[in-house]
Amino acid sequence: MSSSTVKAPLTLLVRENRKIRGARGSLLLMETIPGVKYGEIVEVETSSGEVRYGQVIDVSREVTVIQVFGGVSEVDLRRSKVRFKGETLKLPVSLDMLGRIFDGLGRPIDGGPPIVPDDYMDINGAPINPASRMPPSEFIETGISAIDLLNSIVRGQKLPIFSGSGLPHNRIAAQIVRQASVKGKGEKFAVVFAAIGVPFDDARFFIENFRRAGALERTVVFINSAADPVVERIAVPRVALTTAEYLAWKHDMHVLVILTDMRNYCEGLRELSAAREEVPGRHGYPGYMYTDLATIYERAGRIWGKKGSVTQMPVLTMPNDDITHPIPDLTGYITEGQLVLSRDLHRKGIYPPLDVLLSLSRLMKEGIGPGKTREDHRQVFMQLYAAYAEGQRLRELALIIGAEALSEKDKKYLAFADEFERKLINQGEYERRTIEESLDIAWDLLSMLPEEELKLISDEFIRKYHPKYRERE
Amino acid sequence: MVKGHIWRVSGPLVIADGMRGAMVYEVVEVGFDGLIGEIIGLDGDKAIIQVYEDTSGLTIGEPVVSTGKPLSVELGPGLIASVFDGLQRPLKSIEELVGPFIKRGLKVKALPRDRKWHFKPLAKVGDTVEPNDIIGIVPETSIVEHKVMIPPTIRGRLKWIIPEGDYTVDEVIAIVEHQGREYEIKMYHDWPVRKPRPYRRKLDPVEPLITGKRIIDFLFPLAKGGKAAIPGGFGTGKTVTLQDLTKWSHSHINIYVGCGERGNEMADALYSFTQLEDPRTGKKLMERSVFIANTSNMPVAARETSVFVGVTIGEYFRDMGYDVLLVADSTSRWAEAMREISGRLEEMPGEEGFPAYLGSRLAEFYERAGRTLCLGRPERYGSLTIVGAVSPPGADFSEPVTQNTLRYIRALYALDVALANRRHFPAINWLISYSLYIDLVKDYLEKRFPEWMKLREFSMKILQREAELEEIVRLVGTETLPEEDKLVLEVARMIREDFLFQDSFHEIDRYSPPERTYLMIKIIAHFYERALEAVRKGIPVSKIASLPVRVKIDRMRFIPHDKFTSEANKILNEIDREFNEVIRHVE
Repeated sequence: MSSSTVKAPLTLLVRENRKIRGARGSLLLMETIPGVKYGEIVEVETSSGEVRYGQVIDVSREVTVIQVFGGVSEVDLRRSKVRFKGETLKLPVSLDMLGRIFDGLGRPIDGGPPIVPDDYMDINGAPINPASRMPPSEFIETGISAIDLLNSIVRGQKLPIFSGSGLPHNRIAAQIVRQASVKGKGEKFAVVFAAIGVPFDDARFFIENFRRAGALERTVVFINSAADPVVERIAVPRVALTTAEYLAWKHDMHVLVILTDMRNYCEGLRELSAAREEVPGRHGYPGYMYTDLATIYERAGRIWGKKGSVTQMPVLTMPNDDITHPIPDLTGYITEGQLVLSRDLHRKGIYPPLDVLLSLSRLMKEGIGPGKTREDHRQVFMQLYAAYAEGQRLRELALIIGAEALSEKDKKYLAFADEFERKLINQGEYERRTIEESLDIAWDLLSMLPEEELKLISDEFIRKYHPKYRERE
Repeated sequence: MVKGHIWRVSGPLVIADGMRGAMVYEVVEVGFDGLIGEIIGLDGDKAIIQVYEDTSGLTIGEPVVSTGKPLSVELGPGLIASVFDGLQRPLKSIEELVGPFIKRGLKVKALPRDRKWHFKPLAKVGDTVEPNDIIGIVPETSIVEHKVMIPPTIRGRLKWIIPEGDYTVDEVIAIVEHQGREYEIKMYHDWPVRKPRPYRRKLDPVEPLITGKRIIDFLFPLAKGGKAAIPGGFGTGKTVTLQDLTKWSHSHINIYVGCGERGNEMADALYSFTQLEDPRTGKKLMERSVFIANTSNMPVAARETSVFVGVTIGEYFRDMGYDVLLVADSTSRWAEAMREISGRLEEMPGEEGFPAYLGSRLAEFYERAGRTLCLGRPERYGSLTIVGAVSPPGADFSEPVTQNTLRYIRALYALDVALANRRHFPAINWLISYSLYIDLVKDYLEKRFPEWMKLREFSMKILQREAELEEIVRLVGTETLPEEDKLVLEVARMIREDFLFQDSFHEIDRYSPPERTYLMIKIIAHFYERALEAVRKGIPVSKIASLPVRVKIDRMRFIPHDKFTSEANKILNEIDREFNEVIRHVE
């Protein structure tokens, strides 16, 4: 990055200081000058004239500690300068951002003209007052049975995809963007996409997908590639969410935010924490990672009296497919459920390979039922889960004692589990099922089981929807 | 009042110099915006302050002013149906002031100053009054009668009391004279959050707190004034369980502390409390609830104050003679906040970076639970029950917060990831969970439900035996088991699926009154008794399992409450009839 390319989207320079006392890793130590603010943004000019951003992370009467975005290489203690900007990081925002591609700090990288800002917003946002939050309850039809029927998403929810390397999380996310956007036609819909430390191929896959679906002009793209500085990685999700909040709260849009891959974000956080010599928590990640992630994920929701919404779908690859690893673990504690992909199903050729038993949507109950999806949705969903779980248990048993040793009833459960994966979870990448279609498939599957086994479904619904009774009518 | 200057800022931690004369735990206003902070340590003329609001933008040299007071809450009419942040600022008023996003440095009184309350005096001029004596009442909501008490620090002779009428909390309603000094009494008073409110005596918690959850009420009863923890990995249903406890428990007042958790869930709880009806009073649940909301993206240090603000309000209602239930979701987030502050103070870390005083801080919180003979007249008993959620990383219960919590609680409801994945809710693992209140509440329960202990032993025995048999089944399958063991598996399944399983979102099933819970397990026990008789006469379990009455038992969760007793009797008769039939057949 040369100094000429840095068009600071920020405010005027305020004060300069050359009293650098030390530098290591990504930290600069310098003498405190009057008026330095905690958290303020600085520009660091290296001896070669390159300018980097930094942030004040600790300030005392004697020493100011600055975290430099991009590291302190080529900083020397004599010629390098630090300019204090007097402000925290702010992002220029405008409706013109739709259809454009930016870097991690919000600077255009698509060759287009700079943005004429409508406003400058602090990238850290402000917490939504819990009393102002409206409980999310509007069903989003993604057209994917395994999601709509079993893990329904609602507007304002944050639901991550927990994946592993080599699994089709990007294709699923792209399918959701393609299909979910079809629904609320009369309403303003936008997608904010942030690529966090991903290879450029991944980013291009999404951009191409948006373009083909004709969704690019409703999309804002932020790309922080794997080669960009780590410190910028920390800013990307915040920059993306600031844009999303601007579109949702100022322009009444329903915004879907895709953040991929949050694992890279967390690795960046760990790297910075180590540089600050902080006491490490589990696996070396900082003890405040929960709080830090919460300040990202909690920026989803609905607000009473506002038309727009921010829905988040972060994608993260679990290190070694381990769901108890701190990154998926802390994420799961903050998000409202998770969609977990299974390597086994993927190997079986099932798409989307969604592990139904590990996946969960916490806000589902508010988004389904009469008037939203269908009256029998809840009970059918519970019965499907119970039956599939039983089928899974019996599969393990059958491995040891052989399927022949199972009772007739148990064999029916085994067959059910197989068909459940093949007919309900499995579907085409370009196939869009309505919720009614998904429910009908579910009833066909449930009719494989003896009727008295459907104990989670009330008599009323069995008589109304069970194929046995439907045919008789 | 001491005035100093900011010397250092590091996250939520601020060090100020020129603070000689300030005291530990004193509240200070930090910076030009007057951010609220609390002194947590002194070092020469430097004060170490934890700031309860975002510190971005603070500069060296800004003023720090002490207030002379420890962190306190306002206790008086207006608490019920309110939503406060961790510093007891009313979030609804904040919304009216600054819109839906939280800003810093706001100063809003906790109790509404413009609202008039109908005060009815109960004491008269000339009465001698002591701490916590009730001198009047205010109907705060249609179901909560707020008792106006003499503050715990005042005693003397009532010199004057206002006549019945409508007054705001700021008006003086009585004057107490003591040793020549006069004290003005208002409908509210302040109390420091870190100091437990006084009581006359702590008593054994001998009365169960009915929760409407069958696994708790029947297998692991909670007592009024008890302490319990609910640890569980993510997705195991901690929050739903806590919300259910506050919704359906037989308590008078509920306090819900959301500490470092999700905003949407808080919004959902707030909304549902204004919609749902309390099955016992027919009024909205909000009319007996207080909410403290410090969500995970709100300032970290205020997580600590939110639990202490909650517990202090709880004690206040306890002192009026109410049964109060406080739930805290989640204590792990509070512990993490302690870890963050401790790290910045560069204290010697204990296990996993948590401060060494983690245990004693948890104890300060849980030890404020209890059933008490309250201070003051008329004589009354109150209780404060505390249930805390714990969020162990990776659902591993060996971590420090869970382990330290186990030292102080007496009932454990351990949530199990495997159960949750099978969608068995509440996912309380019956083999790990325990309640040390069983012996204390036994007499009370046996008086109402004579066979309670016997049925509990029966259930636990069947569930325990099932766990043993599962090991064998995993190796050889069910077919080779003796018929009596097959029956155990069948009945264990009934206990799990027809009794312990409870659907929090089903209109009927979400709340199970104790009479119903008792009848349900009685039906299963009776089924087992008759089935065992049949098995011993050579009837195979497969035949017993397919009796028509089984379907009725499977569906009994859906029978409306008012019809349950008569339907239960029908099911009991049907069990007898069908088994008599089968047995007659073989004979």
